[in-house]
Amino acid sequence: MNEDDVDRLDRNRRHFLTVATAVTGLVGAGAAAVPFLSSLKPSARAQALGAPVEVSIGSMQPGELIRVLWRGKLVFVLRRSQEMLKLLPENDDQLRDPNSEVAEQQPVYAINEYRSVKPEFLVVEGSCTHLGCAPLQDFEVRPSENWAGGFFCPCHGSKFDLAGRVFKGVPAPTNLRIPPHRFVRDDLILIGQDTGAA
Amino acid sequence: MARVEAEIGKPKGGLMQWIDDRFPFTATMKYHVTEYYASKNFNIWYVFGVLAFVVLVIQLLTGIFLTMNYKPSAAEAFASVEYIMRDVEWGWLIRYMHSTGASFFFVIVYLHMFRAMLYGSYKKPRELIWLIGMLIFLVLMAEAFAGYLLPWGQMSYWGAQVIISLFGAIPGIGEALVEIIRGDYSISDITLNRFFALHVILLPLVLIALIFVHIVALHEVGSNNPDGVEIKEHKGADGVPLDGVAFHPYHTSKDLVAIIIFLMIFSGVVFFAPEMGGYFLEHANFEPANMTATPEHIAPVWYFTPFYAILRAVPDKLWGFVLFVASVLLPIFLPWLDRARVKSIRYRGWIYKSALGVFVVTFLALGWLGTQPAESVYVIMARIFSALYFAFFLLMPYYTAIDKTKPVPDRVVYHG
Repeated sequence: MNEDDVDRLDRNRRHFLTVATAVTGLVGAGAAAVPFLSSLKPSARAQALGAPVEVSIGSMQPGELIRVLWRGKLVFVLRRSQEMLKLLPENDDQLRDPNSEVAEQQPVYAINEYRSVKPEFLVVEGSCTHLGCAPLQDFEVRPSENWAGGFFCPCHGSKFDLAGRVFKGVPAPTNLRIPPHRFVRDDLILIGQDTGAA
Repeated sequence: MARVEAEIGKPKGGLMQWIDDRFPFTATMKYHVTEYYASKNFNIWYVFGVLAFVVLVIQLLTGIFLTMNYKPSAAEAFASVEYIMRDVEWGWLIRYMHSTGASFFFVIVYLHMFRAMLYGSYKKPRELIWLIGMLIFLVLMAEAFAGYLLPWGQMSYWGAQVIISLFGAIPGIGEALVEIIRGDYSISDITLNRFFALHVILLPLVLIALIFVHIVALHEVGSNNPDGVEIKEHKGADGVPLDGVAFHPYHTSKDLVAIIIFLMIFSGVVFFAPEMGGYFLEHANFEPANMTATPEHIAPVWYFTPFYAILRAVPDKLWGFVLFVASVLLPIFLPWLDRARVKSIRYRGWIYKSALGVFVVTFLALGWLGTQPAESVYVIMARIFSALYFAFFLLMPYYTAIDKTKPVPDRVVYHG
């Protein structure tokens, strides 16, 4: 390139072309990334396997807890005894969110003092809201420790009461999540679905 | 590479010349091996780079053979590992080499990093070597984490549950990110399958590429030494640093001794204590993954426990995550946190020596605490040591600046 050519060079035009090429390339690369990133999302099969599950509760005794898997997640179904229900309000002042004010943690129909559709039956995800460990059941009432029974996470020591409400001063930030569910019959709960047909 | 081109200019003839005309084989060998000059006063702290490379080779080789029998599916993974252990000829040896190799990789890398802190190897002009090294460390952590899910034992499953859930603490995008990582609503067959892909393809490729760049950067500026003096500043008439000796044969023959001793220790563990009392292979992992019950006592493998202890010390999900990430990333900034004018600990004052001593104790204490249950006294200890951990880094610009240093000699010296 001799000096004449350099003089005739339209730098603005060259700059525009360089930027336009780079931007077009980036847009193309971005578009090409979409299928790859989308493939990382839960697949159609994973979504289908996330279908609701039925739990028969007809033979459950007061104080009995059963574990079911819904979407691979552990769900506790607990039939609370009358004594358990009676003690629940006493925890309120030790709890972080006694009135279920964090909206994502339960469907609207579980925003009540028992966090359940029917007071007796607690349906709650057995996944600590800290880092996802399965809390252990510790239903023994120990007044000396101010413990009216509840769940204890073995991983990092988070504590929840018998409505899955989180205590203050533990690493878990929110109450245990209540999955969408409904009573199909008095003795049958459908977990994963609350309106319309399954 | 200009300096070697003059020499390969003279024709040698034969096959070597034929290759050299087409590929810089001799020039590369000279530049990186036979005419790479490193200080003659290297001590034992300078063998861990080579040892890390040896372990990398062990992991790659054993890993390839393990994939020939391993099945990356939730239904078959656990059984296929047992199959390797019982039915595949020598399968137990290959697997124990791989699992022991993982732990030794971290032992060696931690010692390698500690060497840099002893002798200021991260200081100018080696900041980039340190940064690349830290990247290698992060990728190695990801590689180890992905690999730990593969046996699909109880600790594989719940360890992954805890660590993946950590990302859920990020405000806004957390939940969506966790779903993308898992590829499902919980850790499942899908997660296992993709972790397998990451563990055997993506992360090893990135690891090897980064190690290559690490070494290229090292050979550009030259190795540091226990005196922290730049040997390139004193060259002989032939252009060779007066205090340097060629990597091959001098350093390689010394490294060979280290490799043999390392392999003796490594074999001892592989043959006599592959579980290392539950530290290298955790007992809970001898049970298949069970989604309905978390093991009573859950702890990551030992090499993650210092950071895990910091995570647990914080009684808040988001801040726990923030401090956990900070504790892993803070060492990246060492080249700029350290204000001392000398590199080596030999010429530093008592303040840095004490700080480094406290840091070593802190790191080991956090490592131990991370393996203990999250109960009262341990949590309080973890908080104290977490504070010390962060103080070491965050106060460094201050205490290294006021620390009294000794004069650094021009040439390397021997301390008898």
